Amino acid sequence: MLQGIEVACVRGDRELFKGVNFSLEMGGLLQVSGPNGSGKTSLLRMMCGLSLPASGEIRWNGVSIGTLSEEYFACTTYIGHLAGVKDDLTVTENLCISSAMAGFEISSDDASNVLNTIGLGGREHLPVKVLSQGQRRRVALARLLACNTTLWVLDEPFVALDVAAVQLLREILERHLQQDGMVVMTTHQEIDINASLITQLQLS
Amino acid sequence: MFLWIIKRDLLLAVRRRSDVLITLFFFVIVVSLFPLSVGPEMNLLRTMAPGVVWVAALLASMLSLNRMFSSDYQDGTLEQMLISPQSLSFLVLGKTLAHWLVTGLPLVLMAPVLGIQYDLPGDALFVLVISLLIGTPVLSLIGAIGAALTLGLRGGGVLVSLLVLPLYIPILIFGSGAVEANMAGVDFAAHLSLIGAFFFVSLVFAPWVAAWSLRVSLE
Amino acid sequence: MAINWFKYSSPASFYSLAGKMIPLFAAAAIILLIMGLYVGFFVAPTDFQQGEAYRIIFIHVPAAWMSMFLYVVMACWAGFGLAFNTRLSSMMATAIAPTGAMFTFLALWTGSLWGKPMWGTWWVWDARLTSELILLFLYIGFMSLQAAIDDPRRADKAGAIIALVGVVNIPIIYFSVQWWNTLHQGASVSVNQAPAMASTMLMGMLIMVFASWMYSIAVILKRVRIIILERESHTAWVAELQKEGVV
Repeated sequence: MLQGIEVACVRGDRELFKGVNFSLEMGGLLQVSGPNGSGKTSLLRMMCGLSLPASGEIRWNGVSIGTLSEEYFACTTYIGHLAGVKDDLTVTENLCISSAMAGFEISSDDASNVLNTIGLGGREHLPVKVLSQGQRRRVALARLLACNTTLWVLDEPFVALDVAAVQLLREILERHLQQDGMVVMTTHQEIDINASLITQLQLS
Repeated sequence: MFLWIIKRDLLLAVRRRSDVLITLFFFVIVVSLFPLSVGPEMNLLRTMAPGVVWVAALLASMLSLNRMFSSDYQDGTLEQMLISPQSLSFLVLGKTLAHWLVTGLPLVLMAPVLGIQYDLPGDALFVLVISLLIGTPVLSLIGAIGAALTLGLRGGGVLVSLLVLPLYIPILIFGSGAVEANMAGVDFAAHLSLIGAFFFVSLVFAPWVAAWSLRVSLE
Repeated sequence: MAINWFKYSSPASFYSLAGKMIPLFAAAAIILLIMGLYVGFFVAPTDFQQGEAYRIIFIHVPAAWMSMFLYVVMACWAGFGLAFNTRLSSMMATAIAPTGAMFTFLALWTGSLWGKPMWGTWWVWDARLTSELILLFLYIGFMSLQAAIDDPRRADKAGAIIALVGVVNIPIIYFSVQWWNTLHQGASVSVNQAPAMASTMLMGMLIMVFASWMYSIAVILKRVRIIILERESHTAWVAELQKEGVV
């Protein structure tokens, strides 16, 4: 269970938000919304342990994620604004290396299965720099399928995706939630995701 | 994992060969400038050679420091490294080692050729190569801290030299000192053992400090 | 009576405490400075080897001591700030750096002024002067790093790391420079043997050291107050001060 207690965020000398509380159960989806500059990305970065809250605490199964650190990182996948893919590497190399970095070493067969599912079949050996923006996002999202983690933290996952890819990602998220996974995401688009447990978190 | 990261960085370097060559050519050009500015008098050049080669090696490894983390920072890979369940210190150590293989090792291999330009005797060439071989990894290790601290800052390239060059001084002193001692017919083993000591100390502490600096810089 | 020291670790209460202390330290600095200079220039006897030129040590030696000491103090505060996340400690470190750099520069400058009549040249690559020069580089590195970072939290932490790395390296650098200097005997003129000092000379020097201390504390506190105001400009208590027209 992921829990935020009175979380506050300060950027420079400006307070973005304070007193934010949330909790997310197995199979739950947490949608973070708010206008530009309200600190959505900052909150997501705190949730995955990249930065510390100015005050308050984020807990995973009752323990502060700061003390868990690597143990917590092993069960989360974060996909941010930056895709985290290397232009000079091929699609398969990117997927294999980023999964290995997340602690899941996958074979090239696994990789090509995942890439087929995400709609990049036939492009496995192209360097990423020749791909379109939407295809790069798909390379990043492929990591969700390759790594068997519980908590997915996604910052604007639907940006730059075409209709088919949006539909595909929606199905992937729904399947993950059905299997007791957890998803935290921000999005500006109206997207209906079927899940038993949806929590909204509004930042002002 | 450690091997993964080295393999990845080497693969990236191979795909971007020009970056490696730039550092190497910079080293060669700087060393070749000195005879042009102080004159071709061989005795003078011979006494200057260890210092010149070492200072040029220092500057060349500085030049490439910025690239150690910045491309990973720009495309978001560094964020992924920070939240990887692997130990960040080991990742940094892997990246540092890859950085040395790509930028430090070519300097070591090129050094004898440049030493010949300065008419260094065979023994001295040997000592020069050995001192660079132990010394340049220390430059990469200490440099990793500076590169991590200046990540994403304006003027990061110049700033990193302000931070790191003073810390390079002991290596410079003992590195060129070893070659000078050899040329003066004095025992040079003490110099090399001291550089070796610096190497082990920085091998243990520098990746850890650099990992910490990365967390600070990306927060 | 137990004093609650932690009360003063909050910037707001430290701000007012520092405000009360600055005049005291400033006054002490001025009195000690006048006393020290008087003893140094009029009371202390002329040195039989160096003549009147030696009198620059009344500035040179305290400046050199302060420059090294302040770096260690700065690194301690910065390390404190990093370890316990106390903002005030990091602000102290930031405030100390310019004063430390000033003393380092002063030590180099007076050292070179002293060198001219003694060695006949403005600069010698003597072990101490060289170490002092490297110390100046370390101060400059610390200050430029902090100046380049916009986010104060990151600036504090990054500065602390480089200050700690520097403080660990200072003994290594000093030792290397010593070694380097003994290897290249040709250029060096030894100033290591301390001539027997007249007691008035020693007294003058000690008074000047205390004067430097008082000056440093006063200036650093003043600078900390300014940093506190800058960093806390969004808080209620600073707004209140502004309303009252104090700042």
